[in-house]
Amino acid sequence: MITELGHFALILAFLVACCQATIPLIGAYRRWPGWMALAEPAATLQFLLTAVAFGALMWAFVTSDFSLRLVVLNSHTDKPMLYKITGVWGNHEGSMLLWVLIVTLFGGAVAWFGTNLPPTLRARVLSVQAMIGVAFFAFILLTSNPFLRMAVPPFNGQDLNPLLQDPGLAFHPPFLYLGYVGLSMTFSFAVAALIEGRVDAAWGRWVRPYTLAAWIFLTIGIGLGSWWAYYELGWGGFWFWDPVENASFMPWLIAAALLHSAIVVEKRESLKSWTILLAILAFGFSMVGAFITRSGVLTSVHAFATDPERGVFLLGILAVFMAGALTLFAARASVMQAKGVFSVLSRESMLVLNNILLAVACFVVFIGTIWPLVAELFFDRKLSVGAPFFNAAFSPFMAGLGLVLPIGAMLPWKRATLGRVLRQLAPVFVLAVAVAAFAWALQSGRSALGPLGLFFAAWLIGGAGVDLWSRTGLGQGRFGRLTRLPRADWGKAVAHGGLGVTMAGIAAMMAWQAEDIRVLEVGQQFELSGYGLRLDEVHPEQGPNYMATKATFTLSKNGQVIAEMFPEKRVYPVAGMPTTEAALNNGFLRDIYVVIGDPQEGGGWAVRSYYKPLANWIWGGTILMALGGCLSLSDRRYRVAAGARKLPAGVPAE
Amino acid sequence: MKRLILALCLIAAPVMAVQPDEVLDDPALETRARAISAGLRCLVCRNESIDDSNAELARDLRLLVRERLVAGDSDADAVAFIVDRYGEYVLLKPQSGGANVLLWLAGPIMLGVGVLMAALYLRGRAGAIEPEVARLSQAEEDRLREILKD
Repeated sequence: MITELGHFALILAFLVACCQATIPLIGAYRRWPGWMALAEPAATLQFLLTAVAFGALMWAFVTSDFSLRLVVLNSHTDKPMLYKITGVWGNHEGSMLLWVLIVTLFGGAVAWFGTNLPPTLRARVLSVQAMIGVAFFAFILLTSNPFLRMAVPPFNGQDLNPLLQDPGLAFHPPFLYLGYVGLSMTFSFAVAALIEGRVDAAWGRWVRPYTLAAWIFLTIGIGLGSWWAYYELGWGGFWFWDPVENASFMPWLIAAALLHSAIVVEKRESLKSWTILLAILAFGFSMVGAFITRSGVLTSVHAFATDPERGVFLLGILAVFMAGALTLFAARASVMQAKGVFSVLSRESMLVLNNILLAVACFVVFIGTIWPLVAELFFDRKLSVGAPFFNAAFSPFMAGLGLVLPIGAMLPWKRATLGRVLRQLAPVFVLAVAVAAFAWALQSGRSALGPLGLFFAAWLIGGAGVDLWSRTGLGQGRFGRLTRLPRADWGKAVAHGGLGVTMAGIAAMMAWQAEDIRVLEVGQQFELSGYGLRLDEVHPEQGPNYMATKATFTLSKNGQVIAEMFPEKRVYPVAGMPTTEAALNNGFLRDIYVVIGDPQEGGGWAVRSYYKPLANWIWGGTILMALGGCLSLSDRRYRVAAGARKLPAGVPAE
Repeated sequence: MKRLILALCLIAAPVMAVQPDEVLDDPALETRARAISAGLRCLVCRNESIDDSNAELARDLRLLVRERLVAGDSDADAVAFIVDRYGEYVLLKPQSGGANVLLWLAGPIMLGVGVLMAALYLRGRAGAIEPEVARLSQAEEDRLREILKD
């Protein structure tokens, strides 16, 4: 019954979206207030109906209703409650439902909080957002309906993929979808602005929070995914340049470019058509991501629900939206006149450089991702493009970005002279070079990667600090003024510093990681990069829905015990799959990573262990970047803008 | 119970990536073997190198690479040996010959195009004249003076 209600609600939501996609658009064209006003209740209703459908599906998972095909395929009564809930989006159909739920949520957000938008723009934004909704509702209802019943319900389900039964991965998809779909909002704003024929500073101010929010969610989602890969897959890799990972990384890069170019629109009324184009492309890459993950054209570690029919449908959606938006762009872009005047050396042009580097980096990732397909179709060559290509072709752009970032972040708007900024940054540069030289001296005969990473960390963090300090003016009370700086300034510094931290982590891990593979008897000890590891015992253990072989290691340094570590090897009998649970000893400067392997024929166990320098910096930097985004998002100018309408007329907002 | 687990381990056989028995005695050779196998794709897996993969085939390929190295092959010879048998599909770093030139040059070319376009745009911006801001009408001027007075 509840299932049928959910199904019915989903169909109703589709119909509501159809109305919302057309009527307010006509209303905005004809200037009919009644028709425009329809958008608001329609967006709310659409969200509520989709939420009912999603709730119904979640209910089926929580109560293990095995008359539902999806529940049978992805759940089991023994599964812990957390994974019953996260199992809702641990599969193709459920994750698409989560996707549209978020589409309608963002639409609702514009309806609820966008009261200060001009009515025509608001109606058009909500219409375009509903068009996206229509496409994805149709996709779900026609090709991937989650509410299909079984003719003969089985007694139990087939369990969720054990790799997905993990807290890191449980919350990775919702964050990613919030990011992907958040970009649909900027797409809607861009298309609405093209229809409206007007892009001004106010538009930039409305779009930036959504871009920023989408970017924060993508950052967290990608970070969670890579953290999960690090501890779950058993060899401590954190990024594989896999098509599906690239699918989430490309929108992130474009969103990062977009949120910088939106600043130029907001503050200087320039780069308008470029910003619109980026907004369209950002969502385009989100949909490319959906297509890559779900069509199976590109083989990938994490592709799920690979189905050509669905792939064609998604490609159709992608083609229609991109062709439509880009045609509109070609027709209307000339209307966007830039207002701001600035010299070649200015903050504006540095932000242009930032956009070029990010966009080209994204393009390189894109080409590398689809090249196997292109090569097979047009040149009849079956080849692979893997991590070595991306490391070589992508990294230079990031290095370039890191090099100019602190300078660009401090150049004044409009017209700048380099000398002043360079003088302020000179001490940081010297410090960064010293750090790198020190690291170079400590290591012997290894690659320059590690010292380079530390150079970027010191340069970016120090640069962010100098930037903040330079804003406090002169004379007394600079520390006091530091705390009273706008949150956007703090957000910028924290996010840029976070990028440096992540760069250092990645470089250090790639350059200085140590690995040890050996057979170890119980009671034996060995040395790994100055740490002692002793295998104390191995015993079997019974989990809620798995069986495990659990080992106990003692980690020590210079004879002093630091910690006990418990790596596991699990077997999930229902899914028939083994997983490794590595044991980690986290530290500020290093992780120790131990994996227990198979028992050996001659006695003893295979043991792999790693010394991973600065491992936590990768995710620490990611958290800092997300935190910086949040600080920017909570800046006063957005809060004031959001509440401006509520103030009585005639009273100034300040 | 313990026996059951051991049995399950053997059936499911999660052969870990590089096994202790594969490791060569000569550390220099082993380092070379690791570097080579990080660049070779496991054919039955999805986008994993044979160095990372748990598959049986990956293990066979790892042993093959080590065999070649022990036999005295150079790194390039060992890779060529594998590519001859399995095709260029095994190379995670695509060759730069033929159409792949496009792949390798795509980034630099795009960067050049981007910088050129940006340079033209920036020159236009620097030479542009600030658009006339609409002047206030006489009535507005008077009102402004009124406000500024107090």
